[in-house]
Parts: sequence; C-alpha cells; structure tokens
Amino acid sequence: MEHSPDEYYVPDQSIWPIVGAIAMFLMLGGTGSALIDLQNSDSISLSSSIIMYSGMAILIFMLFGWFGNVVEESRRGAYSAQVDISFRYGMTWFIFSEVMFFLAFFGVLYYARTFSVPWLGGEGDKGIAHMLWPDFVATWPLLTPPDPELFMPIKEVIDPWHLPLINTILLVTSSFTVTFAHHALRHGERAKIKIWLAITLVFGIIFLGLQAEEYIEAYQHLDLTLNSGIYGATFFLLTGFHGLHVTIGSIILFILLIRVIKGHFTPDNHFGFEAGSWYWHFVDVVWLLLFVVVYVF
Amino acid sequence: MSEQTLTLDDHEHHEHGPAKGLLRWVFTTNHKDIGTLYLIFSLTMFFIGGMMAMVIRAELFQPGLQLVEPGFFNQMTTMHGLIMVFGAVMPGFVGLANWQIPLMVGAPDMALPRMNNWSFWILPFAFTMLLSTLFMDGGAPDFGWTFYAPLSTTYAPPSVTFFIFAIHMMGISSIMGAMNIIVTLFNMRAPGMSLMQMPMFAWSWLITAFLLVAVMPVLAAVVTMMLMDIHFATSFFSAAGGGDPVLFQHIFWFFGHPEVYIMILPAFGVVSQILPTFSRKPLFGYHSMVYALIAIAILSFVVWAHHMFTVGMPIGGQLFFMYSTMLIAVPTGVKIFNWVATMFKGSLSFETPMLFAVAFVVLFTIGGFSGIMLAIAPIDFQYQDTYFVVAHFHYVLVPGAVFGIVAGVYYWLPKWCGKMYDESLGKTHFWLSFIGLNLTFFPMHFVGLAGMPRRIPDYSLQFADFNMMASMGAFLFGASQLVFVYLVIKAIRTGEKAAQVPWESAEGLEWTLPTPLPYHTFTTPPVFESKL
Repeated sequence: MEHSPDEYYVPDQSIWPIVGAIAMFLMLGGTGSALIDLQNSDSISLSSSIIMYSGMAILIFMLFGWFGNVVEESRRGAYSAQVDISFRYGMTWFIFSEVMFFLAFFGVLYYARTFSVPWLGGEGDKGIAHMLWPDFVATWPLLTPPDPELFMPIKEVIDPWHLPLINTILLVTSSFTVTFAHHALRHGERAKIKIWLAITLVFGIIFLGLQAEEYIEAYQHLDLTLNSGIYGATFFLLTGFHGLHVTIGSIILFILLIRVIKGHFTPDNHFGFEAGSWYWHFVDVVWLLLFVVVYVF
Repeated sequence: MSEQTLTLDDHEHHEHGPAKGLLRWVFTTNHKDIGTLYLIFSLTMFFIGGMMAMVIRAELFQPGLQLVEPGFFNQMTTMHGLIMVFGAVMPGFVGLANWQIPLMVGAPDMALPRMNNWSFWILPFAFTMLLSTLFMDGGAPDFGWTFYAPLSTTYAPPSVTFFIFAIHMMGISSIMGAMNIIVTLFNMRAPGMSLMQMPMFAWSWLITAFLLVAVMPVLAAVVTMMLMDIHFATSFFSAAGGGDPVLFQHIFWFFGHPEVYIMILPAFGVVSQILPTFSRKPLFGYHSMVYALIAIAILSFVVWAHHMFTVGMPIGGQLFFMYSTMLIAVPTGVKIFNWVATMFKGSLSFETPMLFAVAFVVLFTIGGFSGIMLAIAPIDFQYQDTYFVVAHFHYVLVPGAVFGIVAGVYYWLPKWCGKMYDESLGKTHFWLSFIGLNLTFFPMHFVGLAGMPRRIPDYSLQFADFNMMASMGAFLFGASQLVFVYLVIKAIRTGEKAAQVPWESAEGLEWTLPTPLPYHTFTTPPVFESKL
C-alpha cells in the first residue's frame, strides 16, 4: 500500500501486539505460579520456570520485532511530521505515568516517616497505637521495628556519603554526557556521538555495579533486608525500582549506541535517540530525589 | 456530503477493506475493529459479572444461608466488583472511544494504532488469569473489590498472586489505551478544530484519559507492595514492622476515587452528545461543561479519604475530606443544570438513546445526592459499610456508567453497522432495565439506613421484604439485558438500512461520513467549520 508522505501512517496489520500479550500472560502467570511454589515448598517447579522463561523470551522476541518494524518504517520515511509528534506526546505521557508510579512509593516513605512510625511510638493524634508494642521507640532510620521477632532489626544503614554519593555524581554526569551526545548528533559528528553515548552507558553500568555492591553490603554486613521492617521495605522498594529503571535505561542506551554505529540517525530525524535520553534524564531526576529523601535525610 | 464523497473517491487507491479471515481481529490496527472488540469484550464481561450478581441476589432472596457457602459468597461479591469495574465499564467506554473519537475529531485512526491493538488484546489474557482463580485451591479472591490489607495479604487465598498480576495487566492495558486517546486528541484533530471546539464526548475522554494515566500507576504500585508483603516479607501494610494497614487504604483510594470518575466522565460525554440531538437544540453552556469536567478531575485527587471516615483519621483530615468532597457537587451540579437547560423548551423526542440519556440525568442525580449524604463525615459513621453505600454506588454506576455506554451504543450503532435497530425492542429494553434497576437498588437505601451491612450473605428478618424486592428486580434487570443482545444481533443481521444521519439534527463530523462506514475514514482530514 502506498502512503503519500503527508498522510498519517496507519500500519495495516501487526502480529506483535498479540505476541506481546501472550508473552505478558506467560511471564506473569509463570512468575505467579513460581511464587506460589516458593510459598508451598522451597523450590520452583519446572513447569513454572518453563512458562516464566518462555514468556520472557517471547517478550524479548516481540520487542525486537516490534521496534524493528518501527525502525524500518521510520528509515523508509513512512512517518510524517505529525506521526513524529504522536511519538513525542506518547513518550511524554509514558514518562508521566512512571512519575506517578514512583510518586506512590515516595508517598509511602513520607507516610511511614510522618505518620505510622511516630504513631506507633506514641506520638500525635493516633499515639494510642503505642499500646500495641509498649517497648517500641520511634526513630528514623527505624533500626528496630515494633515487633523484632517478626521483622529483623538493622545494625546500621547505608552511609550516604560513600557509594550513594559516587552514584549521584555518576548519574548526574551521565545526564550531561547524554546531552553532549545529542548535541553531537544534531551537528552530525558521528565519532563524538559514539564516544559520549558510550561514556553514558559505562556510567550507567558502573552505577548498577555499585548498587549491587551496596545491596550485598546491606544484606551481608548491615542486616538491612526486605524483612527489616518499614525502613528496609521502603529502601529496597525505591532503590530497587529505580535500579530496574536504570537497567532498562542502560539497555535503551546500548540499543541506541548500536543504532548510531549503524548510522540510523540523522541530524533532523532521531526521535528514538531523544526518547531514550528523556528516559535517562527521568531516571536521573528520580535518583536525585531518592538520594535526598532515602539516603541523606 | 458531496465534498466528503469526493475526497473518498480521490483517494480510492488507498482504500481497502478489512483483511479476510478471523485472524483479522487479532492483528488489526483499525480503530473500528478494535472498538468492536472492546465492546464485545465489555458485553461478555458484563454478563459474567452479571451472573455473579445473580448468585448474590439469589442468596439474598431470603434471610438465612440457602444456596452458597459464605466463603463463596465473598468470592462472588469480590469478583462481581472487579469484573464490572475493570472488565465491563472501563473497556465499554474505551470501545466507544475507539469507535467515536477518530470519527468525531476527523482523524484517520487512533494515533498509535499498533499499541491500540495491544491495549485490547492484553485484556482477554488478564481476565483469563483473574477468572481462573475461581478454580484454584483456596478459591478466588474473597476480600472485596477494594482488597484491603491485611485481608488481601496476610489472610488472602494463594490465588491473590494471580489477582495481583491480572491487575498489573489491566493497568498496563488501561494506561496504553489512555495515552493513545490523549495523543489522538492532542495531535490528530481535523485542521481548524481547536480544543474548545471538540465534541463533549472527546473532551470527557481527554479528561478521563488524563486521570487514567495519573492513577493506574498508583494502582500498580499498591498491588506491587501487596505482592512484596505476601512473598518477600516486607511490612508496608503491617504495623509490626512500622507500616500501616491504613496506608493501603490511602493509596488504594488515591487511585480509587479518580477511578470512580474514570467510570462516569465518559458517560457525561455520551449524554452531552445525545441530549442536544433529541432536544434539537445545541448543548447549553459548552464552556462551563468543559470547565466543570476539569474541576471534577482536579478535585478527584483530593477527596480520597472520604472512603475511610471510620478508619480513625485525625479530625482535621476528616473535615478537609468532607468539605472537598462536597465541593465536587458544584461542578457536577453545573453539568446537571446544563443538561436540563439543554432540554428546556427543546423539541424533544424520545427515541431509545434519549430515553437512556434522560434516565441517566435523573437517576445519576439520585446517586449524586446519596453521595452528598455519604460525604458528611458524622453521618457517614452510620452509613459506612451498609447497603446504603451499595445503593449509592450502584445508582451512579448502573443508570450512570452502564446506561451511558448503552445510550452511546444505541446512538451510534446505526452509523457503525449501517443498520437501524428495532425501536420498539429498544424501548422494551429501556423500560425493563429502568424498572428492574430501580426495583433492585432503591430498596437498598432503606435497608442500608436501617443498618443492613454489605458483603454479608445473611441478614436480619426485618430486611426480608425489601431484599426479596431487590432480588426480583435484579433478575428482571439481568434478563432484560438479553433483549439488548437479541436487538443488536437482529439489527446487524436483518435491520433496515440506516440513513447517513439517522437522527434528525444530529451534529458532528461522524455524521458527515457515508453509511455504511468505509473501513478507513478521514484518510485525508476533513475541513472543520465551527458551529460555536
């Protein structure tokens, strides 16, 4: 089917959405039954693993296929300026939805620090809750949870001025380097794009490595775990989901780097690159907030 | 019209019909196909959720335990709520949006057609997962559709894990569907159509889609924390670790209250299209209608804790949420006033869509009034968890959301399939539904005020008469929906050919298109001239 360039591109049919839906079903269904296996015994059954991993494999297959289609259509010039604007709006609203996802988690941290922990300690309007665990002393960071039998006390929390500070510097710098790469792209300096993008990617990977190091430290030496009450829960929830997003962001950067090397982008037409860098900036901003409210204060 | 035909001929080499075979429905990127899929899915879920309601009403037909175990009764109330909210009402409105928004704003399709397909096809899988919990060890979720912790964490059946993942899938589907609608409305309007010239249905969906993108991630967050509490020993909703079960309720209702408006705003939009057509007058107060929608959306973010007055909130919180909730009555009142003013001195006729729309205005207002009663904190202490609450939200959801969808289907069906439905069957469907639902839900006000608790399979003897009435009404309402299915099938198979504009004085770009609709419409944007 011929499309004139000023006409909005409506793809005919696509196999990828249904593949993606099946992948999601298998992946989540498999994960669900794996979790239930772990609840009942200490091991994951073979069938759960097969379903879960096949779901993941199909999802990856789908992502390559779907994005492959989009890249091919973009390079053949099927997308008008109006389609490009649709992509921009789409990515913006996607990032907005991610903001709301993290907002809920930050809200939990705020609630625990401002309401639930002080109330359990006997403070304020609902201080009567202190009756539940009369020995409980409210502090933040909450090292000893109200019921230390159920939720294990923490020895020490992570020092913000070591690994987290290095990570902050890494991520903030990487936000600059990805912008330098973008500037280079706009001026058509391919060698520079590759260098700046590669540096950004390396920073992202070092960040993830340090984050893993920090988790190992937390589990092995500080007794800071998911099971150590609301401090551990919120700490791992926020840093964990952020880490997941850095991982996704790094994969995006890696794909972008390959596409730069293949020469996919032109100075005027490189929305894929911009979307990736928006995502990277978003991850950076979340980290800054997280560094302040999770680690420092 | 001749202009439109001309453009179509002009681009004939682009025109092609749907692909052959059943797989067309699986791979399609066409907004009309996907809209149809959404609507069929919604109707299917409406019947499955409806069967569960029938089980509930059969058990409550008489006091005492007759038909089902109390545990199974809990599963029925929970699944009925979840399926109706996420499976029937929301996909029903997305189906209307898919069909109508591109037609009404003059777009060739939705802005992101492949993602549109994905949004839909996630849903059957999500609901397969949710419904499969009925056959699992320990049964389906039984903690109520609001799934409060710790009922849904510490005391939940094992199937709660699949419930959580099913909710994740529904959330992903909703977010993508909503993004698509926002992008379409921002980017794909016909040249010359400013935002303030969009049809009211498009406006209502723009606001709804914004609410969806804003709160579905919060729902995803809350079920994720449940999953972690259940499987990874965290203590978000356990006071023993410094968390708080009440925190669950705060996050849930931060999602839940905007969700309530997600289920009603598109119905506002549908009614705002239908009333002017059958009153033969333009919509009264278009601008105030838009501002009211925006005001309702903003306020919806700061009223959530009125669902939790009895949970033990500080008094300042109770006052704030009480007043902010009552404030919502102002923009809602503006809308109701404008609908009435649209009909005032109009040349009214009562075809089926109009019957449903007028019933919507009247009955939704009743549901709104009981909402104001519930908003008053000290009075809510009496009503909390009684059948009065059940009466309230069924009055806004059944003659509100469901009538909104049904009215929209009657109004646009002649355009979609090119055939007229049987008007007398439509009127039969309306009157049976109208009588059935009032018989079901009106007595619930009385038993609720007298203290009958919700979500309990048994009740005191003094509630017996009203409950029997309610059950008979429910059976009537349920059975009368079969008339609707028959009517739609009959219209598609043997209906008379519909005129291009089946309703006298219907306005809007969708009516400038030929009937039956070509598979692709507005491949070249139409020229829009404002009538405002």
